[in-house]
Amino acid sequence: MKPAAFEYHRPENLTEATEMLASLSDAKILAGGQSLGPMLNFRYLMPENLIDLNRVPELQGIAHTEGVIRIGAMTRQYQLERDEILHKKLPIFREALRWVGHYATRNRGTIGGSLSHLDPAAELPGLCALLDAELVIRKKGSESRTVSIHDWPVGFMQPNISEDELLTEIVIRPWSVPHGFSFLEMSRRHGDFAIAGVACLVSVDSQLKIQKAAVSLIGVANGATRLRGAEAALVGSAVTENLIETAGQEIDQLEAPADAHHSGAFRKRTAKTLFFRAVHNAYQDAVARRTA
Amino acid sequence: MTTLHSVEMTINGKTYRVNIEARTTLADFIRHSCGLTGTHVGCEHGVCGACTLQVDGRAVRSCTMYAVQADGASVTTVEGLAREDGELHPVQQAFSDCNGLQCGFCTPGMQMTIASYLEENPNPSEADIRELISGNICRCTGYQGIVRAALLAAEKMREAR
Amino acid sequence: MGVRNLGAAVHRIEDGRFITGKGKYVDDIRLPGTLSAAFLRSSEAHARITALDLSAARNIPGVVAAFSLRDFGPQAMQRMVQAYPNPAIKTDITPYPLALDEVCYVGEPIAIVIAENRYLAEDGVQAIVLELESLPCVIDAREALKPGAPKVQLAFESNLSATLNWKFGDIDKAFTDADHVFSEEYFQHRGSPHFMECRGVLAQSDLVSDRLTLWSSTQSPFLVRRYLAVYLGRDESSIRVVAPDVGGGFGPKAVHYAEELVVAMAAERLGRPVKWIEDRRENFVSTNQQRDQWWQVSVACKADGRILGIRAQCIHDNGAYVPYGLLLPNTSVVPFPGPYAIAAVDIQLHSALTNAVPTTPIRGAGRPNATFVMERTADTVARELGLDRAEVRRLNFIRKEQFPYETGAKLPSGVTVQYDSGDYHQTLDMALTASQKDTFESRRQEAAKRGKWRGLGIASYNEDSGLPPYEGATVKVLPNGRVVVEVGSCAQGQGLETIVAQIAADYFGLQTHDVLVRTGDTDLSAIALSTVGSRVAATVGPSVHLAAQQVKEKAIRLAARDFEASENDLEMIDGRVCIKGVPGKSVGLGDLSRRLIANVNLPVPEGFSPGLEATAYHTTSRPVYANGSNVCEVEVDIDTGEVHLLDYWVAHDCGTIINPRLVDGQIIGGVVHGIGNALFEHMKYDRETGQPLCNNLGEYLLPLATEMPQIHLQHMESPTPVNPLGIKGAGEGGTIPGIACVISAIEDALKPLGVKINEYPLSPERLLELIDERRYHKAS
Repeated sequence: MKPAAFEYHRPENLTEATEMLASLSDAKILAGGQSLGPMLNFRYLMPENLIDLNRVPELQGIAHTEGVIRIGAMTRQYQLERDEILHKKLPIFREALRWVGHYATRNRGTIGGSLSHLDPAAELPGLCALLDAELVIRKKGSESRTVSIHDWPVGFMQPNISEDELLTEIVIRPWSVPHGFSFLEMSRRHGDFAIAGVACLVSVDSQLKIQKAAVSLIGVANGATRLRGAEAALVGSAVTENLIETAGQEIDQLEAPADAHHSGAFRKRTAKTLFFRAVHNAYQDAVARRTA
Repeated sequence: MTTLHSVEMTINGKTYRVNIEARTTLADFIRHSCGLTGTHVGCEHGVCGACTLQVDGRAVRSCTMYAVQADGASVTTVEGLAREDGELHPVQQAFSDCNGLQCGFCTPGMQMTIASYLEENPNPSEADIRELISGNICRCTGYQGIVRAALLAAEKMREAR
Repeated sequence: MGVRNLGAAVHRIEDGRFITGKGKYVDDIRLPGTLSAAFLRSSEAHARITALDLSAARNIPGVVAAFSLRDFGPQAMQRMVQAYPNPAIKTDITPYPLALDEVCYVGEPIAIVIAENRYLAEDGVQAIVLELESLPCVIDAREALKPGAPKVQLAFESNLSATLNWKFGDIDKAFTDADHVFSEEYFQHRGSPHFMECRGVLAQSDLVSDRLTLWSSTQSPFLVRRYLAVYLGRDESSIRVVAPDVGGGFGPKAVHYAEELVVAMAAERLGRPVKWIEDRRENFVSTNQQRDQWWQVSVACKADGRILGIRAQCIHDNGAYVPYGLLLPNTSVVPFPGPYAIAAVDIQLHSALTNAVPTTPIRGAGRPNATFVMERTADTVARELGLDRAEVRRLNFIRKEQFPYETGAKLPSGVTVQYDSGDYHQTLDMALTASQKDTFESRRQEAAKRGKWRGLGIASYNEDSGLPPYEGATVKVLPNGRVVVEVGSCAQGQGLETIVAQIAADYFGLQTHDVLVRTGDTDLSAIALSTVGSRVAATVGPSVHLAAQQVKEKAIRLAARDFEASENDLEMIDGRVCIKGVPGKSVGLGDLSRRLIANVNLPVPEGFSPGLEATAYHTTSRPVYANGSNVCEVEVDIDTGEVHLLDYWVAHDCGTIINPRLVDGQIIGGVVHGIGNALFEHMKYDRETGQPLCNNLGEYLLPLATEMPQIHLQHMESPTPVNPLGIKGAGEGGTIPGIACVISAIEDALKPLGVKINEYPLSPERLLELIDERRYHKAS
């Protein structure tokens, strides 16, 4: 399974990268290579040109400022896992990243690559949706534009980006209030694509009622999905099992495509079970942090 | 024929320079251009882990990297695990002691994965090890000997510190 | 005599090269001038080839040649040799090495492109113009046997490839005498082998010696040589086949494949070595698999649980060709009655052609399938009669006093089936005790509090291992004193070099690592057959013993004469013949060897034949029967269908153990393979188009470390009287009962719901369906 021939280009900085994107036709971006590599090896894709971003310094690094985290698109998954400040502010990242591929793939795979590939079962797009991330896009000769993660997918595995544009940065604003989290995923084996996964953040008030909730679902619909209806249902009332169950019914309304290996109904069923458990866990976690 | 690229890298301390097509994977470069056949190719889609080696200190799958990407890099393969004088790496010794191999095909990738990981996490639990090697497929051993080998190697490496 | 090697957990000889990356698998062998090959394969399950144009491929710079079968000339226009002829085969069709006019499965090879490297060879394949005219196809073996089904092969009106009968005892009486008759249907699927090293062939035609040499990732170098010789019309002595280090075999590498022939022909044509390495995508469509079986089973029993007879019908998926005779279907029926004293059995198996890659044995072959039927049947009897599953087994097991036990069955060769030795009750008790079955109930209740459903599974089996008729070994003492053992047999991870060395070392007072072992090369003197069916330890082992014994006796006899001592006063220490109690009086094996080789005009000692070496074949007409019982504990999440495997216990009897470490490794690996079959491995095809639905290892799920339970082993040794060392086979003893054990445990966990599980692989989605049927039906 050898790739078809391609011309290889390696920009040394962001300007060169955007210039190449503007001038080369039939070009694919090579980021971590963990998704693209297999597709090239299978010859599912045979681009004429490959633009390797692995030595563009402006795309690397995690910058922490007051209330904002800026992650370079070529930041490797293992770097996200190990960043202690990120872990302190957003512990859900380290938990979710355990489920992203495997140890060796995380040494190469990038957040930008994952967001550009947009596999519906991918964890990082799910976390970005959970946190209302903003994506910074650049192209040659113009100002950068910012896209909300919620406007990023325009179709099945299709991001809101044109051939001459480059995703450079992911901007996340962690919740300022103390909150609990839970990330649950079900897959056939560890590291496999998620059948369904739920990422959940919950914050409680002094009466231990949910005052803020965010729930993001992966693997079920065509991409990561925020469950706005469920979130609204969870806020304000006393937390009971019935409340969580009722909130989870939003999942029944989702379009869940089937594939050769799983039915849509099974994915939704799994998602509902995980939703129930994740909200429960996040709530317990929020209460524990509050009373600690 | 596409452009040939001159690629130079250090593998197990020795420098190799070869002109190759950009599409040549790092695995094929190491095996066929450099003659180091210890790294094995099992799937060419990044799932089985047999091709795992270290590039600039990090364990990576060499079937989803191109040799041109490792230009200027320092690579370690299974042939570079043992010391110059032939003394085996604790992971290698443990694999033999604990019957962590049968046909030997997944073994280089397994050893490289475990050796890399133990440098970062010197005191793993069994669950940690099983999660680590979930990225490496073995069809012969059923993994139990490999897990024991990893834990034994970790113990020996901690003692040596 | 010094430290005894036989039975010791000696470090493997093989490890040294494998852990340092110095193994030599076929793709590691580098011959100057080697070209790389890639194959054009059919993209359709059944089609006529209406156009094939290789010219664009040949025009690519770096592509040296491209061949269809016709390009190899008239002598190549023949079908491949049938490896195991059998008059029962109605559709005795083997493939052309490259398809001529008709392709019958996705993946069937059509043309070969040879280039300076594999990248260019694949470019060449991509450039070939191939036109196919689709023909109707059929994937489901049951559909294939229905009247009006599409023809899998245009040559045959009917897709019924063979019908096998396995019958003994008075089955009608069994069913008349029965208090109860229970009937169940089972679906079984064994998937693909997925050894980690894909197949590969390197062929070199030597014009100087007029010899063809093939290095192949094979389990059967001698059989490959035989079939190559027949096909190519050459003497076997002009062909050498070598199995280098092989990265796993599990059965499908024991088959002779088209690629071996085509690569050999290409090497001869081009006068340069040609190498083909299968990639994983090819492996999915061109390495043999072991797929579907549908069983209908009825069991006749008494009220106390005694089983009087079993009737069964099986429909078996053969695939598009029959390259390997009826070995696989045979092993699905011959194991009956297993470890049970069941007097009457009547099984009929219909093997059907289908438009998929041929099916041949994978680890255990049909034995796990037969065992699944027997074990689920034992569980059915227990369930329906409200009896304990272990008690039903104890009641029906053959008792140890009954060995050697004639089952009443006769093989087609006329040999009666006789189990040589064992104690089935003991291995069952060992496994149950280890699992703490007595306290299981309290563990079940504790799990229920956490919302999990816990179950215990049991499965027992016996296995015909050490299959006849023979293997051989040559033991030599070189003039420098080195002891060398050459066996034509070969290994794919089993540690053959080590066990051979262990056995030989004991005869000469040596350490295992002092003995040099060579395997898997047809140029070595001892003839060999194949490493399959857990047969090598029990056949090669005794051959090594016989040959080593002869060499030792000769050495001692010569030394005794030289020392003027009695042979009884001599012993072997460290490769020297010594006089007991007289230190300093000894002679090295090398000296003795040189004496016996002598020289021109130098006499060989009188009364001795030249040389210090011997070749011996251990022949047997009977297999030897290993046995065991497995127990496993699982927890089921009835909301997600997930199964968590907690613990697994094996009690195993493989006769005399040569190296306990190796046996353990084989069993654990085999159990994990069984778990893979039970819960993960499904080689799916589109029923309409015949397209495989899995083409990568992310879709076909091999078992990984994270999902496996702790596996606890116990051994008992009931040495077989059938061979001099008492060795039985160990290679498949984990897989054979493993599937039934896991399924039994899940069913036990869901017993309160009355869920019956009659199939595998069992995915969480399917398990939820089965649970929901009972759970919500009951609730409403």
